[in-house]
Amino acid sequence: MTESFQTPSATSIAAGVRDGSQSAADVIDAAIGAVEAREGELNAYNLVLADDARTAAAAIDQKIAAGETVGPLAGVPVAIKDNMCTTGVATTCSSKILEGWVPPYSATVVERLAAAGAVMVGKTNLDEFAMGSSTENSAFGPSKNPHDITKVPGGSSGGSAATVGAGAVPVSLGSDTGGSIRQPASLCGVVGVKPTYGMVSRYGLIAFASSLDQIGPFTTTVADAALVLEVIGGHDPRDSTSIPEPMPNLTEALGKGVDGLRIGIISELSGDPSLGSVEGIAPDVAARAAAAAAALEAAGASIEHVSIPSSVHGLPAYYLIAPAEASSNLARYDGVRYGLRSDGPNALAMNAASRTEGFGEEVKRRIMLGTYALTSGYYDAYYGQAQKVRTLMIDEFNAHYQNFDLLLSPTSPTTAFELDAKTADPMTMYVNDVCTIPSNLTGQPAMSVPFGVGDDGMPVGVQVLAPMMGEATMFRAAAVLEEAARV
Amino acid sequence: MPDMSESESSAAPSGALSRDDVAHVAKLALLDLSDAEIDRFTGQLGAVLESAAKLAALDLGDLAPTHHPFGLTNVTRPDEIVPSLDRDIVLAQAPDIEDNRFKTPPALGEDS
Amino acid sequence: MSEQTANTTPGAVAADLPEGWEIVIGLEVHVELNTATKLFCGCPNSFGDEPNTNVCPTCLGLPGSLPVLNDRAVESAMRLGRALNCDVNSSVFSRKNYFYPDQPKDYQVSQYDLPTNTEGHITLADGTRIGIERAHIEEDAGKLNHGGGDGRIHGADYSMADYNRAGVPLVEIVSHPELRSAADARAYVSELRSIVTAVDVSDAKMEEGSMRVDANVSVRPIGSDELRTRCEVKNINSLRSLERAINFEARRHVDLYDNGERPKQETRHWDEEAGRSRSGRSKEDAEDYRYFPEPDLVPLVVTDDDITRLDASLPTMPSARRAQLGEKSGASNDDINLLIERGQDGFALETIDAGADAKRVVVHLINNLSEGHGQLTAASFAAMIRMETGGDLSSTQAKEVLAEMVASGGDPAAIASAKGFEAMDGGELESILDGIIAENPDEWQRFCDGDDKEKKKMQGMFTGQIMKATKGQADGAAVAKLLAQKSAS
Repeated sequence: MTESFQTPSATSIAAGVRDGSQSAADVIDAAIGAVEAREGELNAYNLVLADDARTAAAAIDQKIAAGETVGPLAGVPVAIKDNMCTTGVATTCSSKILEGWVPPYSATVVERLAAAGAVMVGKTNLDEFAMGSSTENSAFGPSKNPHDITKVPGGSSGGSAATVGAGAVPVSLGSDTGGSIRQPASLCGVVGVKPTYGMVSRYGLIAFASSLDQIGPFTTTVADAALVLEVIGGHDPRDSTSIPEPMPNLTEALGKGVDGLRIGIISELSGDPSLGSVEGIAPDVAARAAAAAAALEAAGASIEHVSIPSSVHGLPAYYLIAPAEASSNLARYDGVRYGLRSDGPNALAMNAASRTEGFGEEVKRRIMLGTYALTSGYYDAYYGQAQKVRTLMIDEFNAHYQNFDLLLSPTSPTTAFELDAKTADPMTMYVNDVCTIPSNLTGQPAMSVPFGVGDDGMPVGVQVLAPMMGEATMFRAAAVLEEAARV
Repeated sequence: MPDMSESESSAAPSGALSRDDVAHVAKLALLDLSDAEIDRFTGQLGAVLESAAKLAALDLGDLAPTHHPFGLTNVTRPDEIVPSLDRDIVLAQAPDIEDNRFKTPPALGEDS
Repeated sequence: MSEQTANTTPGAVAADLPEGWEIVIGLEVHVELNTATKLFCGCPNSFGDEPNTNVCPTCLGLPGSLPVLNDRAVESAMRLGRALNCDVNSSVFSRKNYFYPDQPKDYQVSQYDLPTNTEGHITLADGTRIGIERAHIEEDAGKLNHGGGDGRIHGADYSMADYNRAGVPLVEIVSHPELRSAADARAYVSELRSIVTAVDVSDAKMEEGSMRVDANVSVRPIGSDELRTRCEVKNINSLRSLERAINFEARRHVDLYDNGERPKQETRHWDEEAGRSRSGRSKEDAEDYRYFPEPDLVPLVVTDDDITRLDASLPTMPSARRAQLGEKSGASNDDINLLIERGQDGFALETIDAGADAKRVVVHLINNLSEGHGQLTAASFAAMIRMETGGDLSSTQAKEVLAEMVASGGDPAAIASAKGFEAMDGGELESILDGIIAENPDEWQRFCDGDDKEKKKMQGMFTGQIMKATKGQADGAAVAKLLAQKSAS
């Protein structure tokens, strides 16, 4: 494991580039060097944009030389999950069905990052169409965990987590539908944020499950996560589900500590059977979550266990809602307008042949599941019931947020597992999302903060959960945990 | 015209997922599955649906379904023209074109 | 134009159903809204442009694109709803999932269980009330052309998609199956078209496809209230086709029942040239559309204030205008419908109110003002008609003065005088007549003593002679009066 280069934080890079103490060109050169040095073993990228990145960096340096203003992320290398559209740059969702597709437009987040001076260095690998928890379901081969390349980086945003976890770049973007930012962040030892649904525009994010998908950052520090979220967040009129409210100030909240905050540990996700926890949460992971609670308590927060019975319904509800929406969202890959086309005697047969050839097994499985859940006669029992469970969960979580400022749980039930360990049985893979799914169903924000290592020496993350638009408070706790983990 | 009777059934799902169910769903989903895949999916989807059946058993009374977590309403845009894409860029992505149109094998069924 | 008046049916095929059967018809009418942009994106809503030029990521269904609802489309749909006497409700968009190459996302965004407009009605010209089940908002599909083979869909070698129309806003108006004849169906569509154009939400042209009619047709024995298997007939491009298609389809059903067979539920395509419907996709292996609420859009909430505002914005509806005009003019239904269709009913009422003879107003509008009334004002139109009915202008002169007023405006008396149309006094007319009688004594006798037929013939002869002698300046009514007086004395 080579640790020759460790990227500085985005905050310090941008400060250096803006005050002229370093050039964006040098920053980008170093980042590309680090990316390329690890790419052979990590397979974190579907595409490295070395030339484009160097051109963009030179443009920023020219602006600075000309005395023009540059944004808060000037010269900061960022990696973008390859399910976000980038004008003129191939976007694949790690699927054969989109091979060769070049979007004619960019996602809002990509535009906002560029406007802030960030430099895109590449498009990162993912589970095909973001369906998975290990990045093994990629048409371009699995990504590896930067801390142990025999292990998975988590998923679906595994490439984005791996490249930040490797220290190659300080910032990447992922998307989180059921934990696809937080779980790989936990497994790769980085900060990962799933914002409030509607805080970050989904325009240009290739949909998996529209009512659950949210874009968020991976960073090496909590402060960087706050900075990036402030850049990419905020109302976008091109997304009807975008929240038309001003962004909360997150960087300002960072130093405020947790003194006086009331924080609840979710019993059902605590790993403690005596508290009614679900099975499968590893003791070493549970121990780190308990240690995190203790650290918050030491910093002045009050800590209490809280039972949220509906949280255990998250997993089955999610595995109806997400596939149902996906089955419709992925219908457009029909071989008519873009992407892969296979031969067929008529349009319908061509469509089926293209999808059969172009989609991988997990995507097919979820399309099948979702199609079934929406079939006439089963809609009310499956999809309709799952959406009611969502309401139940929202009501329960909101009730607890009357008494608690934040909630706490492990992020992932285990540390990073071996490649191929869970590919045979989809259900064992699905269980990985048990702690992260509730926030997607409720729309509430949650983030994973690295908090030490497990028995195997691999990173463990703890999850901080907050009510709708409660990011500022969430970041206060995250900053405290980051500080405590350093000691 | 939508036929409202289609989804009025609220009966809890009964019985295990059959091979025929899976084959029917594959047809709807436009996937050509092999016999082996149908067998495998029958088992795997059955397992997921079994856990989903626990939800069906919950009595949720008159809880309204949540389709959108933030509860926004009436989001619209003004009726103003925004420039369209350049046609060359649009058609460059097409697997096949003719006459500046997207060309496909023959569409069966109705004239539109 | 006559093709679009409600009660004229040129070329219609008589229903000709054997005794004892009746037709049951429900119509699904798609109306393209006349917004500037599409339903969910800012691309132009424009007909007849170069293929694939009015497209963007959203209406092409590109990965990652999202819809944002056009506020004017919503307003138009709700206005139409109120004009159709519907309840206007809070609503939710749903996805209707199916594949056809003209559908860019492989689902259509429509409304399902919570449509914007429900339960309204249209009152036909003869007073029949036809219930409307719903009028919901949805997006249009693109347009397919077929190549190779004979250029038609059957036997085509390939198809070609143009997505300019994809995403154009539609309102689908679904009637209850309460129509009982092809003529009623025609009257319903005609009335609907009048309403749509009155509220100005669409140009509603069947020939250009901005109004498309699908007919659900079944038959049943008279007296029965069962709903038998229906067929949905598509590809109906005119009111005449609508009548022909319905009558053909009904007859086909009756023939099947008579032969001990039964129709199967299916979509059929009307072939106007062949005068028959052809089998399309069978609904037996019907698609399962898997409707679910569109997660990329949020609900539309309608308040009582919205309804009040909508109602205040509506113009007087064609049925009310028809009643008003009928009452004031006594004109025939055909004439009234024609005036309403042309949008001239308001002008007609104004002119009548300004003191003009109602019959002459209608006659002039229908015969002489079919291209619009140009510079003509209601007041000057009324003044002109008063001159005509007062005998100061002959009908030929009136027509000429009218044309001048339409072209350049102005006062009818001044125009008449400039043209040298001096009214002839009674004495002058009589002396001319006396001269003609002297030259044609036998004919005059036949006029005075002949039977009605003979009298009529001779009246024509004398009137013609007088007109010839006065170079058309005599007033026809005055001549008739004079002839009557003289023959009776």
